[in-house]
Amino acid sequence: MIEIREVTKRYGGKVAVDRLSFTVRPGVVTGFLGPNGAGKSTTMRLIAGLDAPTSGTALVNGRSYAEHRAPLREVGLLLEAKAFHPGRTARNHLRTLAATHGVGKVRVEELIELTGLHAVADTRAGQFSLGMSQRLGIACALLGDPATMILDEPVNGLDPEGVLWVRTLLRDLVAEGRTVFLSSHLMSEMALTADHLIVVGRGRLIADLPMQELTARASRDVVVRTPDPSALVERLVSPEVSVSAVDREQLRISGLSAAKIGEVAHLHGVVLHELRPQSASLEEAFMELTRDSVEYRDGTMERIA
Amino acid sequence: MSALALSAGRVVRAEWIKLATLRSTLALLAASVALLLALGALVSLLTVHDWAAMSAAERDALQVGGRVFAGRLFAEMALGVLGVVAISGEYATGTIATTLAAVPRRLPVMWAKLGLLAGVSFVLMMPASFATFFIGSAILATHWDFSLSDPGTARVVAMSGITLTAVCVLGTALGFILRNTAAAISALIGIVLLAPLLFGEFAPSVAKYLPSGAMGALVTTTPDPHVLAPWPAFALLCAYLGAAIAAAAITLTRKDA
Repeated sequence: MIEIREVTKRYGGKVAVDRLSFTVRPGVVTGFLGPNGAGKSTTMRLIAGLDAPTSGTALVNGRSYAEHRAPLREVGLLLEAKAFHPGRTARNHLRTLAATHGVGKVRVEELIELTGLHAVADTRAGQFSLGMSQRLGIACALLGDPATMILDEPVNGLDPEGVLWVRTLLRDLVAEGRTVFLSSHLMSEMALTADHLIVVGRGRLIADLPMQELTARASRDVVVRTPDPSALVERLVSPEVSVSAVDREQLRISGLSAAKIGEVAHLHGVVLHELRPQSASLEEAFMELTRDSVEYRDGTMERIA
Repeated sequence: MSALALSAGRVVRAEWIKLATLRSTLALLAASVALLLALGALVSLLTVHDWAAMSAAERDALQVGGRVFAGRLFAEMALGVLGVVAISGEYATGTIATTLAAVPRRLPVMWAKLGLLAGVSFVLMMPASFATFFIGSAILATHWDFSLSDPGTARVVAMSGITLTAVCVLGTALGFILRNTAAAISALIGIVLLAPLLFGEFAPSVAKYLPSGAMGALVTTTPDPHVLAPWPAFALLCAYLGAAIAAAAITLTRKDA
């Protein structure tokens, strides 16, 4: 459980996070979305006590981060993929971190196996690909078997197999009742991984909603396949409805529900081969939500130029 | 083993693994010992070589600290750089976020690093200083007879080990204060090497109160108005280190990581 209350962070005169409030609950994967520079990484650093908020409070599992006696047990953190000394091996990185909390050798070896690092465990981290670094970062985050995971772009640089592995891992973690909070700029990945979304722009909260609700917001179109498109179009025309032809047999209709289109087709004896509500991609829905914050940004850029 | 939780001992152990698992640590420690021993031996040999050409006054002015411990400044730089990179390396790579997230109260990390680096420096450099002394006295024995029982000589040898440890501590503190490797090493060079040159030339009365002046006083035997007495010099050095550590603690705990 992560609770952010009225958190503001200023760097000099620049406001990175602006009176942000939200709660990340256990048992669901919560995605953290926003354009670059929206304050996602800053917010994660504030939660982990790395940066101090200018005002407001950030609590993890009911306490401020620094008050925990065993932080690794409370929070698994992955902020930067390549945050390893290039001269130290993967195993030694894990040993170092494990030592701070008295985590045993067995657990270190277990994580090397789990994250698929056994072949490179004694290779110096400077030679790691981004994907291997991510795996090591995830191993570090899991070391203390934490109740809450905070991951900044965890699948960045992973191969498709690795992406699937992370997705499954996060699903397993929330199934055990843990809290998972991850940021990503890959909307498609978020659509597959997150159950709940927190969207920020310019450091402010833009939306805090279940993933389904976000996709529903933009899912207005229905795709219809019929051997007789012109007959159907004739029956559907009205000022609120717009129809576009995808190809000779396919239509994209907006302004009517799939149920209504089906009823009309039945009433007039038009054969349908397919009737499919077209859910908008998360990316489209996301763009729509953040349009204002992005436009504002572009506006200031223009003024400066 | 008790339940998973932080403890001071565990933080020290983690910092020990960090130091022990980097080649640069071992390389810099080996370099500091080698420089102290080898340059001391080299300058002792050169002194033997030049002995016949020296006047009596020149021979009288010879100092164990200057001759046998000729490698001290080089060894100091190696140890100071070790102290700097032990922490600036974490900032440069981003490891610091992992370190401070694991130990959110932060100060235990600083105490562990300072304690370990000071301990390792002391344990290596104290014997290395005595070894340097005995090698130098063996080389010079036929011409210049000196021993540990001469006034101030044992102090010079022991203080060589102490000042080398002090520079390692100073480097560590500078690393915590400045966070950037290049900046901290520049500051270290400024304090240890350049400031004494500048002030020694233009303001010798100020130079003796600098950190370098205090350390120099500890490894010299001849009384000189431009050199502090050993105990005041030692107190002054401790005060400088205390101030640097205090600044490091404030930077670490008050500034964002």
